[in-house]
Amino acid sequence: MKRGARLDVDLNCSGGVVVPTSYYLLLSAVLFGLGVVAFVFKRNIITVFMSIELMLNAVNLAFVAFSRALGQLQGQVFVFFVIVVAAAEAAVGLAIIIVISRNRGTLNVERVDSLKH
Amino acid sequence: MNEFAAQHPILVVALPKIVVVLFVLLTALAYLTWFERKVVAHIQARWGPYRVGPHGLLQPLADGLKFLFKEDITPAGADKFVYFLAPFLSLSLAITSIAVIPFGPKEFTVFGQSTPLAIANLNIGLLILFAITSMGVYGVALAGWSSNSKYSLLGGLRSSAQMVSYELALTMSVVGVVLMAGTFNLGEIVQAQQGFHWGIVPRWNLIGSPMPQVLGFFLFFTAAVAETNRAPFDLAEAEQELVGGFHTEYASFKFAMFFMAEYSSMITVSCLATILFFGGWLSPFPQTAAWTWTHYIPAATFALAGIALIVHGVRYLTILGRVVLPGLGLVLCALGALFTRPGVPEFVQGPFWFLLKIAVFIFVYVWLRGTLPRFRYDRLMNFGWKVLLPLSILNVVITSLAIVLTQR
Amino acid sequence: MTPQIAVFLILAAVAVAGAVSLILQRHPIHSALSLIVVMVALAGLYLLQGAEFIAAVQIIVYSGAIMVLFVFVIMLLNAGAEELTNLSRMARFVGVPLGVVFLLEIAYWIARATSHMAQTSPQAVSTRDLSTLLFRDYVFPFELTSFLILIALLGALVLARREDSD
Repeated sequence: MKRGARLDVDLNCSGGVVVPTSYYLLLSAVLFGLGVVAFVFKRNIITVFMSIELMLNAVNLAFVAFSRALGQLQGQVFVFFVIVVAAAEAAVGLAIIIVISRNRGTLNVERVDSLKH
Repeated sequence: MNEFAAQHPILVVALPKIVVVLFVLLTALAYLTWFERKVVAHIQARWGPYRVGPHGLLQPLADGLKFLFKEDITPAGADKFVYFLAPFLSLSLAITSIAVIPFGPKEFTVFGQSTPLAIANLNIGLLILFAITSMGVYGVALAGWSSNSKYSLLGGLRSSAQMVSYELALTMSVVGVVLMAGTFNLGEIVQAQQGFHWGIVPRWNLIGSPMPQVLGFFLFFTAAVAETNRAPFDLAEAEQELVGGFHTEYASFKFAMFFMAEYSSMITVSCLATILFFGGWLSPFPQTAAWTWTHYIPAATFALAGIALIVHGVRYLTILGRVVLPGLGLVLCALGALFTRPGVPEFVQGPFWFLLKIAVFIFVYVWLRGTLPRFRYDRLMNFGWKVLLPLSILNVVITSLAIVLTQR
Repeated sequence: MTPQIAVFLILAAVAVAGAVSLILQRHPIHSALSLIVVMVALAGLYLLQGAEFIAAVQIIVYSGAIMVLFVFVIMLLNAGAEELTNLSRMARFVGVPLGVVFLLEIAYWIARATSHMAQTSPQAVSTRDLSTLLFRDYVFPFELTSFLILIALLGALVLARREDSD
């Protein structure tokens, strides 16, 4: 597992070993990167939209990890807001996708290019 | 043994609890089908299952064998992975939701480890129940889509749209109870309903203070009946409507899994209704010294039921009935005698009242199915969005007003 | 290998597997199911860190409502499987190894930057504290988001309506 295990020695650990913050941040970075890859390489517009949700989830994980590490709750409040905004964005975005597919007849992003030519 | 128990708490405590609850739940599911068929039949002035065993008591066994031996067909062009996933998802989610339900007050000790009468006593138990319910929409939607048939797709979409709409009213109608109890923990919600008004009337949330949750209870039960796709909200899966809806193309065991999931959700909703509005495992009688004779009501009930079964069974038609029914009656009498032993009545009180209340709610569920006609789909959605949701928001507003005014 | 690290590794592996499956699947419904798996794994990770309310909200709202919307739209629009593209050779032989090297470097710098952070065991954050913060200090953004949802609701309704409907 490429989790950077060799580097995450708990220098300040007092008592039981817990999962270090850097593990969560690395997982968040990996998920975000995979979201970007999906965004760039997939051609179905709904899958592209889902990769945006994946990126938002990765960011939520980073927020919660920092919220625990710094002992504040503002991180979790922000996660709450991110989830709400993602819901609103998904609703409007999917409505737009429905309209595009109705007008163009296709869900392929590479075919919605009439501004190019 | 106690040291082994201290080192392996999961093995000694959690695993036996899970096994017992699962076993009891699956048996209850099987006999719930028998119960429903009998009650609906009697409502319709006929007998119901009668021949397979005395009073049709072996009917669930026969049905189970039938489901196991039927040919398992997969429609052509179906998405195989999703087609197999949908009933498993439905059933596993429905059975998992029993894990957070507390059956009784006391903690009992096994091998030195003290444990409450619930598999998992979570601080956010109620939220987890709603989370599991909201994931249950996938079983229906994916089943309808993956069957590659227009009736299934339409039925699946309608069913899942209905479930999503009534989920809102369901969660909002419960907010009043949460406000009054101040916690999401199901065990603590029940404990907040202890005590009696004027010494006689129990302080269940239905008649609680500061605000009786009558509106909340009716909203909750209506939304729950719609959420579990039961009559009169079962348009999307009834045979007379869409050829069976989302489970049209499902054969033997997968079909049985959908139905087990539906009955399991029925049981979960009944448990929730008793915990949230009817005091859960609290007895309806005051717990003062003058009322300790009520502690022997479980014993009396079991003994009377046992004697009635024996008296009825010895004159039954078939030989099997004349053996099995009095045997069952003897078991019930023995249990009744066991409940009079010292120390046992206090332990049995909680689960007895809880199971009794659940049985009442399940009977109401089956009664609704037998008597009410079906909703038309557009009226169903109208009702959910334009009647139930505003009423549940009104319930939240009134309850919070009442709490604020009485706390000044 | 304490139980906490073991649970973290299992959930992290499930999340990464779900994300990779999102990329590799051809049919959008399978990608949607993979994303649901990722979200449930993330909810488990939130529970591991003691954020129990956020975990429940993640499952109820994100994977129980938003993803249901995605699945509905995929079913309604009858999205089919994509055709396979072959990854260009540059991507396969240069891109992926470069990505892994970049990832290892990021891991090193993250570990160095956060090694001083407090390593206390997570206690469950009570919903009461979170809601006090939300409704007292952040009540204005809360009201704004409710307004935002109303706008999104109206927008989605207007956009998706057919032109020739009543």
